[in-house]
This record gives sequence, structure tokens and C-alpha cells, in this order.
Amino acid sequence: MEGIIHLDFKGIIILLMSAVFVNNYVLQKFLGICSFLGVSKKLDQATGMSLAVIFVMMLSTAVTWPIQYYLLNPHGLGYLQTIVFILVIAALVQLVEIVLKKYIPALHSAMGIYLPLITTNCAVLAVTILNVDKQYDFLASMVNALGSGLGYFLAMVMFSGVRSRMESEETPKAFEGLPILLVAASIVSVSFFGFAGVIENLFG
Amino acid sequence: MEGIVFAIVSVTVIGIVCAVMLAVASKVMAVKEDERFPLVRECLPGANCGACGYAGCDGYAHALIEGEGVKTNLCVPGADGVAKKLAEVLGVEFEDVVEQVAVIKCRGDCSVTSEKMDYQGIESCKAAKLLFGGTGKCSFGCMGLGDCAAVCPNNAICLENGIAHVNTRLCIGCGMCASVCPNKLITIMPDVEKMLVTCSNTEKGAVTRKECTHGCIACKKCEKECPVGAVTVVDNLARIDYDKCTNCGHCAEVCPTHCIVKGDFSGIHRMDQE
Repeated sequence: MEGIIHLDFKGIIILLMSAVFVNNYVLQKFLGICSFLGVSKKLDQATGMSLAVIFVMMLSTAVTWPIQYYLLNPHGLGYLQTIVFILVIAALVQLVEIVLKKYIPALHSAMGIYLPLITTNCAVLAVTILNVDKQYDFLASMVNALGSGLGYFLAMVMFSGVRSRMESEETPKAFEGLPILLVAASIVSVSFFGFAGVIENLFG
Repeated sequence: MEGIVFAIVSVTVIGIVCAVMLAVASKVMAVKEDERFPLVRECLPGANCGACGYAGCDGYAHALIEGEGVKTNLCVPGADGVAKKLAEVLGVEFEDVVEQVAVIKCRGDCSVTSEKMDYQGIESCKAAKLLFGGTGKCSFGCMGLGDCAAVCPNNAICLENGIAHVNTRLCIGCGMCASVCPNKLITIMPDVEKMLVTCSNTEKGAVTRKECTHGCIACKKCEKECPVGAVTVVDNLARIDYDKCTNCGHCAEVCPTHCIVKGDFSGIHRMDQE
């Protein structure tokens, strides 16, 4: 396994912070927009969905990283990454749902309805593939997954706040519904550009 | 060529492994759902109001199936119709539902009391209440900003002449309005005809009189005149003991401010539904 980057403690912290703020999946990479716009209507739903995303991101990273390095790479099958990852993540999320339903019904009723939504969430797939592309070691991959999930959480919670304010405002007829949402999302996204460079300079 | 075959085989193997794993898991860890649940749940109106005392309609349906001795007449919004259906599905005896309606214990509209400020803040009783105890001269009364009307699932509350009114034909008795009213003016009562004290002011009579000509001034006339002793004045406010009250209406006749009235509980809407 040549070429894998090992990070020291400071590197891990920088990775975590920049995954949350600078490389925010929703607001900077524009991944997972569907669920971002769909489920951010209410704060409790947004929180439930985000927690489920954090969980699934970490779980799928924990599974796909070994698959990439112990199964695909040794046999020269690196190009099958996307299809294998999709397959494994989908099966895994389904399995998690079944297990939760059986053994932890309380958690299932809180998180269960969001799990099938996440199965096909591109942000989850992106985290696992980017971990391989950037050649992070296992620990760094997990930290990156956690940071990305937290970034998603932050974006969801912030945007649900923005939406609750928007609901009480009158919107021009032409902007009603999705258009004004996209405009608001873009403004929130622009505000996140302010974080660019902050994390590196803060710790570096 | 070999590479492609190997790739196809390995992806297929991964797929089959996943499929088998899921199939086994769904068999081994299958959660048995009671087949009566969808039937019972279908009977309930789905308002999720919590008037039955359970967490939403799903919670009540579960309780009905699993719990022993859970009564079928707890769904107030659904009234007799739902209770009958539930009794049928569960095979138990039908019990009559005591329908409930919301009652607002304030009749201090614009003609009998007035505002003490020109309130221009958020259109919400809860917000207005934070500002010097409300907009009206009487800080116990209805502010008429409509928190109750906004929360009502059946549009049974209208705002007229500065106070809220309940349309008892539309009211389903869920009690959501009672929980949002910052002055706790709304009570949920059985839908049968009875006497009502339409004031909640507990200040001394002289103070009340200055604030609202409709308020209870604690003159105790009702207490003295009631033939069965059902009315008592506690904390400067008349209160009726419904266990003793015979609905004779004498208190309403003698009340100098006309704050005791005969409640207009129609109960008719229940029959409309059936």
C-alpha cells in the first residue's frame, strides 16, 4: 500500500476542521443538494437526517476503505471503485435499517425514514471516493468522513434556520417555492467562501 | 480478456454476498407487525392531537392493540363514529364518547373593554403577553391576536370584535388551542349544555370593573342566589361546581355584569358526521 498519506495530530485537526468549513460538501462541493433542499424544512427533521448522514458516511468509509485497499487495488480493479462502492453502501444501509428495526426500535423510528434516502445520496459516495483519491490512511479517512458529516449537519441546521425565517416573509410570485430556496442556498454558500484559507492559517 | 472476466466475477460475487446477507438478515431479524395495526390506525382520524392521552394516532392504535383495557372511546375528535369503528375492528363493546369542545372564558370584546397600548409588534398573543402583560386593559383577558385560531386544525376559532370565538359545530375538542393560550383562557369541556363563567379576572371587583364592564366583580350574588349552592366565589372569581349545577340558569339572570351565561354547546356537528 504505497503512497498512502499518514497525518500527524495537527494534520488530523486541520482535516476535520476544513472538512466541516472549507470543503463543506453541501455548500462548497454542491453534493447532496437534493436532501439538503428536501429535508431542511424543519429543524428536527434536518437534525435527524444529518445524524443519519454522519452515521452512514462513517460506516461506509469504514467498509469501503478496506475493500479498496485489500480487494480492488491488489487485483488491479481500481476502476470498479464506483460501482462496487454503490453496491456495498446500498446493501450496508439496508442492513443497518433492518438491524436497527429489530434491536433499537427507538433509534429506528428517529432515523429510520431517512436511511433509505441516504442510500443513494451522492455526498456519501463522494466521501468514500475522495478518501481514496486523496490517499488518506484509514484514520484520516474516518476523520474526513466525520468532518464531512458534521459539515452536512452544519449546513442543514443553518439552512433550516434560514428557511424558517423565509417562510414568514412574502416572496415575489416568480420566486415562490424552489427558486427562492436556491437563491437562499447560494447566498449561504457564498458566505462559506469566507472560511477559505482560515483553517490553514489558523493551525499552520 | 481474463481481466474482464475476473472483474465481472468479482463484482457478481460481491453482489451475491450482499444479497444473501440482506435476505438472511430480513428473515432472521424480521419484526412482526400486528396485522390489526393498519386496520385500527385506519379508523383513527390522523389529527395526531394527543387528546386520547397517547403520542399521536399511531401511539393510540398501538395501545389499543397491545394494552389491556384501553378504552375505544378516547378519541375526542373522532367522536362516536370512530369509537364505533374501533369497537367493530377490535371486537369489543361500543362505548359512547363524551364529545368535548373548547370554551373561551372571556367575553371582553371591543364594546366592553379597551386596549391599554397601541401594540404594533408580532401578531401573536404569546409575544404581546410579554409586553406589560398583554395589550388589553385587563391582563387576564383575550388579546384577540389569534394564537388559538392559528393552531386550530379545523378552523373552528374565529376572531371577531377583538376576541376569539369558538364555533362549537366545527370544534373537535382536541385542546390544542388551550395549550397555546398564554392567558390559559381556554378549557376543554364536555359538549353538554351548562352554565359558564365567561371571565377569568381574579383582581378585586373595583379594579375589574374599571377594566371591563363584562368582568366578574366578585359581588357574590350568584353564590347567594344559587338554589343548590353550586356557585362559589374564590379569588374574586365565580366558579361553578358542575357536579351540583342543575342548569337552572338563575345565576345568569342575577349576574349584574352578565358574565355568567348559558353555554351554547350545540353537539349537532356530531350527528352531521354520522
